[in-house]
This record gives sequence, structure tokens and C-alpha cells, in this order.
Amino acid sequence: MAKSFSGMKINPKRFHRSQLKFYIILLPMALFMALPILFIVSHAFKPMNELFAYPPRFFVRVPTLQNFRNLIDLAAESGIPFSRYLFNSLLVTGIGVFLSILVTSLAAYGLSKLKFKGKKLLFEINTLALMFVPIAVMIPRYLTIARLGMIDSYAVLILPLIAIPVGLFLMKQFIDQTPNEVIEAAKIDGASEMQIFLKVIMPIIAPAIATVGILSFQLIWNDVVGPTLYIDQEEMKTLSFYFQTLAALVGTPAGGNPVAGQGMLAAASLIMFVPNILMFLFLQSKVMNTMAHSGIK
Amino acid sequence: MTRKMNSPWWFLTPYVLLFVVFIIVPVVMAIALSFTYFNTIQSPEYIGLRNYIELLTRDDVFMQHVLPNTIKFAFIVGPVGYLMSFILAWVLAQIPHRSRTIFAIILYSPSMTAGIAMAVVWTVMFSGDQTGYINATLMNWGMISEPIQFLTSPQHLMNIMIVVSLWSSMGVGFLAMLAGIMNIDQTLYEAAYMDGVKNRWQEIFYITIPSMKPQMLFGAVMAVVGTFQVGAIGVQLSGANPTPQYAGQLMVNHIEDFGFIRYLMGYASAVSVILLIMIYMISKMTFNLLGDKDKG
Repeated sequence: MAKSFSGMKINPKRFHRSQLKFYIILLPMALFMALPILFIVSHAFKPMNELFAYPPRFFVRVPTLQNFRNLIDLAAESGIPFSRYLFNSLLVTGIGVFLSILVTSLAAYGLSKLKFKGKKLLFEINTLALMFVPIAVMIPRYLTIARLGMIDSYAVLILPLIAIPVGLFLMKQFIDQTPNEVIEAAKIDGASEMQIFLKVIMPIIAPAIATVGILSFQLIWNDVVGPTLYIDQEEMKTLSFYFQTLAALVGTPAGGNPVAGQGMLAAASLIMFVPNILMFLFLQSKVMNTMAHSGIK
Repeated sequence: MTRKMNSPWWFLTPYVLLFVVFIIVPVVMAIALSFTYFNTIQSPEYIGLRNYIELLTRDDVFMQHVLPNTIKFAFIVGPVGYLMSFILAWVLAQIPHRSRTIFAIILYSPSMTAGIAMAVVWTVMFSGDQTGYINATLMNWGMISEPIQFLTSPQHLMNIMIVVSLWSSMGVGFLAMLAGIMNIDQTLYEAAYMDGVKNRWQEIFYITIPSMKPQMLFGAVMAVVGTFQVGAIGVQLSGANPTPQYAGQLMVNHIEDFGFIRYLMGYASAVSVILLIMIYMISKMTFNLLGDKDKG
């Protein structure tokens, strides 16, 4: 009996030979997932002669920073310094992530713990909006933004990406799990709802905050729709936009040497990817904690 | 200042405002515009159902390429990606914490890569001459003698789009399912084996899936949405809109083609509305499917 019982093997403490079969499934999958990423890393550091090499070699032999330098030089040649794109990206991502966390957690607390008319309906609409695909309504979105006079402002790179239905959903489910007793106790002490939210709730929902932070970081940092459609002034555009125009340029006659372009684009991909992966590495245990409450009930 | 803030509207107004302006209004506007002729210069002119009629009866590209492509793409990438997420999450739950964390990060990391710049990496890999990595490897192994035009040939483009999309499909839904499996109460398994569950398959179908159904549903919605969100991939890979012989043309590209290239905004909006309805119906279908499994 005890021997046939295998359920206890979920989340085992240490390695056992019987787990080998799982590694046999995981290893090829992990390889398939990791290879393209290793490829960018390797390609980004290749000097010109290795980019040209035939037959092509996967790993870099003599790593160089030339591709990164080219990226910076090319930006300068086109009139906008690389640092300006970087500054814009950091600015809108920083403000955006902060606002997204604030706006989402406020709303999540309201939906979870406060009583008001239409609360259930509001949450249901948000759950329905989980299925919302922004790219499907890019035209009316553009028209709305144009009508509001928001074209060519930093706000347009931030505001459309603040309200993330998935973020609110995860955050609300997480706050649902927090005990009502703490809130009641604070109320007896005379705290207002806003004080409870700031002093009691915010500290205990750190995992959900980290998760929403990551989601909104990815959304804003990687966004190309905003700077492409809503911004005309070059000096307000972001890194993601610069890299996208570069990607479109490589392979056309105007793009110069396509092989050199590939090296630069690999470097660009790496610059875009590294902040994302670093954030996830630092916060992954918090994200997993939030995801445990992610179910649609 | 925060002393007297008790009204729910202190909490909900900012989110609701942004939600209405950037989600509700565009959706309503898409529906409204879909009944008009609108070229962005003159104001929209009401033309009833003409856009829809045109779309369904006269738009050969839509009926012969875009719609079948979208359906094929969605019905492969969605279910396969979802199944992969579940299987990998389940397998990850069977190994110790440290190696699980490492594998989870590796599997999740493709979903964090940014689309456009990343597409270039794929174009280098699948490049149509012998300098492409895949071509060079295949020729080196003697499996092919002539390089294959992966990205410009209609018969390969779609398959590559599917592979690339699957590659980056282990996202939030995958993490949710992993967390869901990890949080199943261990005593449930013990009880089930007492009651006569004999093997791991039974365990999966009678305990694991029913216990994590909420996460399964969340993962399903994420899979459906993710599938339609990566719609631009064909254009990125082949470097052209329309894609060669419309082989990789999806609804999102059709919207862009008519909206931002031909400035037929009313017509493009009709395609948007159909796309939103499709996503909604597929999500509902998935919900019913998963709901039924639970009873079995």
C-alpha cells in the first residue's frame, strides 16, 4: 500500500533515482527554450569576422563589445543620443510601474474588502477583460488618444498600460486571502479605510505587489505600440522603439551591412531582455506565492 | 489627509477611469465604427452592415487566408501550449525545489523576450541561405542538399510561426498552474490512495486537475489571449505585410493592413469586432470543456 502511494512525491525533499524520468522530459524542453536565448547572448558579443563566419558558429570565440558600441554610435548618427532613449525608457517604466502598482492595489482592496453597490459586477467585467487583447482595438485606441489630445506626451506611453486586468485580478484574489481580523482591529483603533490600506494591507501583500510590478514592467519596457503610434517627436521615443526601427532597417538597402546589423540586433535584444530576467530572478518566489491564489472561481 | 478616506471611490476611481478610457471606450468605438465608412479624413459615415457583408462575401484574402490561418494557428498554439504548460508544471512538481526553480526560470524566460528584436534572432536562425543556422546544420548532417527558404516560402512560414509562438508560450498561465499543483493539499492524495486510486494517471485526473481547476481556468484564458496577442509574428518573421502569399497572415495583420496601410478604419474595426468575438467564444468553449471534465 505504502509503496504504491506516489502522491507524496510531489515537492520531494531531495533527488531520487525515480525522478530521472522527469528530468528526461525536462532537459530537452529546457534546451529548446534556452537555446535561442543563449544564441542572443553569444551573438551579441561576436566580432564582425565571427558574425560573417561560414559555417556559422553558435558560440562566440573572442567576445567583444563592438555590437553595443555600434548601437550607441548609430543612435548618435541619427541625431538622438542612445542615452536619451535609455532615459525615456527608464522614466516611463519607472513612473508606470509605480502608478500601476498603486492604482491596481487600491482597486483590488476596494473590490476585496469594501462594500458598495456594483462591486460584483465590476469584478466580473474585469474578469471578462482578462480576455481583452489590446492589439485588436489599436485603431479605436489610437482615435481615443488622439481625441484626448495626448499625442506626443510621456503620459501616453504610461497611462494606457496602467490598468491591467490580469494585475487587478491577481491582486484581488491575493487580498481575499488576508484575514479580516487585522482590518477589524485597525478599525476599532479608529483607522480609516485608506489608513488600513496603506499601513496594514500594503505590507502584507508584498508578493502581489511584486507580481503586478513585474507584469507592468514587462508591458511598459517592451512596449512598441505607444512610441510608434502615439509619439511623433524622436526625442520622446524609447529604447524599444529605437530597436524596432533598427530591426525594420536591417535587411533593407538603407540598413547598411545586414550581418553587422544582426550583431547589433542581438545586442539590442539582450539589452531588452536582461532587466526582465533580473527582475524575475529576484522576485520569483513572490510571484509564485501570488500565483497560488490566481484561480478563476 | 488619509484620515477620512473611507469611500470606496477613493480606491476604485483611478483604475475604473483608466479602464474605461483605454479598454471600454475603444471596444465600444470599434463596434460603432464597424458600421461606418471611415477614412480618417472625413467623419465616419453610417453604412449599416456593409463592412461585415463585404468581409464575409467579397474579401477573398480574409476568407481564404486570414480566417483559416487564424483558426489553424489558434487551434494549434492554444491547446498545445496549454497542454505543454500543464505537463511541464506537473513534471516540475515532481522534482526537488532547487532544480524546479532553475527549470521554471528557463521555461518561463522566453515569454519575457520582446517580440520585434527577438524576431531577428529567428530570422538569423531560419535564414534562407546556407548561412542560416538551421540550414547550415541540416546541410552539415547531410539531411538536405539545398538550403530551404524557411521564412519566404508559404509552406514553411506558418509552421515556424507556430514553433516560435509555442517557444514563448510558457507565461503567466504556466506559473499559475505550477503554483496550483504545488498548493494541492497533500492529504487529498493520501485519502485518494486509501480510496483505491491506483496509479499516477488516475491521480492526475481524479485529484490533481479537479483540485487546481481555478488555476486551470486561469491558465486557459491566458493561453487563448496569448495566442491572439502574438498575432504579429508572421509579419515580423517574413519582414512583410502582407506575408508571402498571405501564408502567415493573421487577423491582427489584416486589421493593421486595412487600418494603418489603407486607412479603411471602419472596415478594420469590423475585423476587430470579429476577432474579439472569436476570442470570447473560444474562451467560453474552453471553460465549458474544462467544466465538463470535472464531472467525469
